[in-house]
Amino acid sequence: MSDDKEMWKKLGLDVGLHQEILESIERNFKEQVLSQKNRPAKMSYFDEVIKNAHGARVKEIIDGKSRGSKFIGTFCIYVPDEIVLALDAIPVALCGGTSLSIPYAEKIFPRNICPLVKSTLGLAFSKTCPYAPIKDMAVGETTCDAKKKTWDVLSKKVRFHIMEVPQKKEAKDKELWYEEVLNFKGRLEELTGKKLESEKLSKSIQLINRKRKAIANLHSFRKGSALPISGMDSLVVMQGALNDEPQRFTQKLEQLNEELERRIEEGISVAGKKAKRVMISGCPSVMGNWKIHHLIESAGASIVCDETCTGTRYFENLVAEEDGNLERQLKAISDRYLKVACSCFSPNEERMANVVRLAKEYKVDGVVQYILQYCHTYNVEAINIASALNNEGIPSIKIETDYSEEDVGQLKTRLEAFLEGIESKKNA
Amino acid sequence: MREDKPVLGIDLGSRTTKIVKLKEGKVESFEIFDTNHNAFYRVQNIIRDSKYSKIVATGYGRHLMKAHLSTRVVTEIKACARGAKFLNADCSLVIDIGGQDSKVIEINPEGSFGQFEMNDRCAAGTGRFLEVMAQVLGYGIEDFWKEALAAKSPIAVSSMCTVFAESEVISLITSGEDRRRVALGLHLSIIDRLYPMISRFEYERGVMFVGGVAKNRCLVELLKKKLKCDISVPENPQLVSALGSALIASEERK
Repeated sequence: MSDDKEMWKKLGLDVGLHQEILESIERNFKEQVLSQKNRPAKMSYFDEVIKNAHGARVKEIIDGKSRGSKFIGTFCIYVPDEIVLALDAIPVALCGGTSLSIPYAEKIFPRNICPLVKSTLGLAFSKTCPYAPIKDMAVGETTCDAKKKTWDVLSKKVRFHIMEVPQKKEAKDKELWYEEVLNFKGRLEELTGKKLESEKLSKSIQLINRKRKAIANLHSFRKGSALPISGMDSLVVMQGALNDEPQRFTQKLEQLNEELERRIEEGISVAGKKAKRVMISGCPSVMGNWKIHHLIESAGASIVCDETCTGTRYFENLVAEEDGNLERQLKAISDRYLKVACSCFSPNEERMANVVRLAKEYKVDGVVQYILQYCHTYNVEAINIASALNNEGIPSIKIETDYSEEDVGQLKTRLEAFLEGIESKKNA
Repeated sequence: MREDKPVLGIDLGSRTTKIVKLKEGKVESFEIFDTNHNAFYRVQNIIRDSKYSKIVATGYGRHLMKAHLSTRVVTEIKACARGAKFLNADCSLVIDIGGQDSKVIEINPEGSFGQFEMNDRCAAGTGRFLEVMAQVLGYGIEDFWKEALAAKSPIAVSSMCTVFAESEVISLITSGEDRRRVALGLHLSIIDRLYPMISRFEYERGVMFVGGVAKNRCLVELLKKKLKCDISVPENPQLVSALGSALIASEERK
């Protein structure tokens, strides 16, 4: 801990404020995550990933940099980690999940942009993000208006690369996205002073595929009636996926999966037999934000699937493993990433179909559409999602909220009533 | 015999606490008091001195009951729907405005609730808003709506935020505007706030207005006009959720 403090001082952080924010996150983590009963033993590694996010992980990256690696900060799962890793660079998602940093963003930025963007900016502006001073380049994308314009402001101050995510998924859009993948590769080659090699790319594709498979495995354990892991713990693993060194993360996750398999064999379930099975659909919950999972699971339901960037959108679809040809590999990467169905696309029938498919696959009793306040695309798309679910007889509710605690009382009432409604429907 | 003992429905609201004692399907007695520092203590005393076979609690403070007394709890949505259906079997939509929140609940033909809407975080347009505005205009809570009903035309109040509306009303009064007309304007602003929530539902008849705010006849009249349909208000509209809780208690006891 004292070593960490020394490091934070060296990085020029506001050590006092940083401490305050860390303590608040730790308090929430303890109350909302560690307090759960009957957790898998192998979760301890992923708890450490959260605890070390501002300490040991930062040190590891600084060590990597001293061996010549570049550190790349990202904000979206559209940025292909495979290319970053193949150039010996280190990718970490820098999205903020704490409400405490938001006032520092609102000093400069408008209030009515989403808490995720504001929390991230606030951490950087208030000198409480240890990743900000060490990053060699930040990579933004054009998934929403708030982010797009934020990048314009930030790129005045830090080295920035912007990937244009198209609005449609037609042939011309696929071409555009492929171009963007090539541009990203070019920019990274320039930054690292290295040429992307097919053999190295092949290795990183295999690694990230293995990582996605392990995560898919973890999620498959949530499809059965006995649940060996809570929705909250699955989220904690996903939050780790966006931060941790991928090789180690994957190994540890494979070990957790073995434990979960055993738990299923032994009939160990973290949920009561009557617990309602809920799917979260919509916005991600990044590190520091455990609000909606806590509210739902402490109301006695189980979250069995997350159709979010910290869920299925992250792990579904693999990059086709094309050996020996760089162009084909990059094409395969481009193809895989454009399959991700974010609400930024129009039309977006793909996402409606995904949500309905997942609801059935995970045998959910109901869907909670989780919308971060001011996330217009998910918020408006919620209308079509709700009607697609309704056509299948699957109840859903939309919750629009931010990172603060002020609406927790009302959210509890709404979520509990939603679960009561499912119960009475089941009994009818 | 166990069947003879009454059941209790307790609604720990944000502004008032309501307790209904139900015996053989009939209200035997009820109590209404302010939810203040002492309210939970008072509830505990009432429970201790009562003979009952089951309690169901609801309202903003329901989790307090669960944590300290292991009481069975249900949400206000479920309790309110149950109570409304009991009072009027034809009820298909309930509008419930209490101290700090407003809800619109759809009631399925078989009696369970369907979709519902609820205000989020801000308490604009709820009972507390009316209390503050009445005070600013120098009216008691009943005179406030009576005077508003007597006004010929409204003066629009644009702020929905309790704090901003307060200063807007003060400046209207100091510039010599008629208090009654401002009162009517305030009532209309609540209707404007409420209407988008209600318009998400289909209704032709069977609309019931409950919660403490339903005692405000001016709002009831304005709402009838706006929705172009009849609206029923039960005798003690603030008791509906406590009654619903008691009904759930008596059903679950069987």
